[in-house]
Amino acid sequence: MSKRRPYVRSKSGWWKKDPYYVEYMVHESTALFVAAYAIVLTIGTVCLAAGEAAWNGYLEAMKSPLSIIFHLILLAAIVYHAFTWFKLFPLTTPPVVLGGKKLEPELIVRGGWVVAVGVAVVSFVIVWGLA
Amino acid sequence: MKTYKRSNAPIFWLLFGAGGMMAALFGPIMVFITGIAVPIGLLLPADAMSYPKMLAFAQNFIGKGFLFVAIFLFAWHSAHRIFHSLHDVGIHRGVLAKALTYGVAAVVTVIAAVNLWVIGF
Repeated sequence: MSKRRPYVRSKSGWWKKDPYYVEYMVHESTALFVAAYAIVLTIGTVCLAAGEAAWNGYLEAMKSPLSIIFHLILLAAIVYHAFTWFKLFPLTTPPVVLGGKKLEPELIVRGGWVVAVGVAVVSFVIVWGLA
Repeated sequence: MKTYKRSNAPIFWLLFGAGGMMAALFGPIMVFITGIAVPIGLLLPADAMSYPKMLAFAQNFIGKGFLFVAIFLFAWHSAHRIFHSLHDVGIHRGVLAKALTYGVAAVVTVIAAVNLWVIGF
């Protein structure tokens, strides 16, 4: 066994030292909430396939205060995901050239937010119509 | 001559991008409807997600497709993002990191697909 014990610099918590990286870790961690919601929906498919009693049990569980609080947290996290998703758009999409001029990054970001709100409103109206 | 193995990265990146877009556009309103509005009877009727209504929705071609695509893309989007964030917190790419992320997404995809199939058409 080696007698040398070289110094290893600890990298844990590196992101806490810079607000830029704190925000980075926060927006990356929204993925945990998106994953949680995918699991909530998947449990829904399991209960729906299992029949009426199981589905009613699922609905009851969704009504519990704990579930409501959990979904409020999910909502906040996923809204933040949507906000940052479009905020980073100018960095992640290829440049859009309109009439020989590059589209302003600010316009791309705001366009994304407007489309997101529009999709939410239209979706709600469709669900309202179905219900 | 050296042969090059085609990278599978674009597939996972594409699922990350598509899922992120779907979560950004539909995620908030879906969580609001299924997790808040219907359970507490806010803005929508309390029976909006009753068994007959949800069964009809999940048996409809568009409804079933929407549910599957949402679950599939949300799962693979988050798996890819968490996989790369695990690296940032010191859990480096390997079997464990892949099982915790892509493995979970694969299991979720299969469970959703099987049950949406069982629900019927």
